[in-house]
Amino acid sequence: MEFTRRDTLAMGLGAAVLSMVPFRASAAVDAAVEAFTGGAEMATTGIELTAPEIAENGNTVPIAVNAPGATAIMVVAAGNPTPGVATFKFGPLSGSQSASTRIRLAGTQDVVAIAKMADGSFARAASTVKVTIGGCGG
Amino acid sequence: MASGVKPRVKVPKSAEAGEVVTIKTLISHKMESGQRKDKDGNVIPRSIINRFTCDFNGQNVIDVDLFPAISTNPYFEFEATIPEAGDMKFTWYDDDGSVYEESKSITVG
Repeated sequence: MEFTRRDTLAMGLGAAVLSMVPFRASAAVDAAVEAFTGGAEMATTGIELTAPEIAENGNTVPIAVNAPGATAIMVVAAGNPTPGVATFKFGPLSGSQSASTRIRLAGTQDVVAIAKMADGSFARAASTVKVTIGGCGG
Repeated sequence: MASGVKPRVKVPKSAEAGEVVTIKTLISHKMESGQRKDKDGNVIPRSIINRFTCDFNGQNVIDVDLFPAISTNPYFEFEATIPEAGDMKFTWYDDDGSVYEESKSITVG
């Protein structure tokens, strides 16, 4: 197989675009996380994120979060056009610091949940979900 | 107001004082993400419910900020402590300013 000058240029451009897209997405996620935690260190225990390993339909992916002692839990999807998913704030009458809902995922990606504990510390959990059909339409 | 919005909640009719009960809520709403395009290639503007709250006798149970990544017909399941008899109030806030409300009473004993 021979590469013409045009092919080579096109491939180089494609590679450049590919390498930039994840970088932009992760920058948005970092900004969202930073806004929530204020750049604090995050523990890896104390929060549980339940998500399916494989989701056939990215339009409704059931997830559940559980973080005993949390005052708020933020969920972000790193591979979505807009990373924010939901922020749960628990009031004085919440029976447990857990909730479940259904979310949209554009493609295979990591779903991240970050809990803000009552003592001001943070905990993080992530789960990779394989998506067969993306849920952002188009 | 978006058309065909109908809140549905599942709350037990009675509980013991101090009992933790599971609440399930669903509201029919298209949750247009602002990412999709119509057949002419124009972006369909975002139209979602951006906040959901649940209160019992004026005390907050849960307050959720929603983003476009929440599925059509937003569903939430969570737990609430019932200290005394009273009303559980659910409120959904739409992007267009509409507010959808639903209320259920719970008896104790």
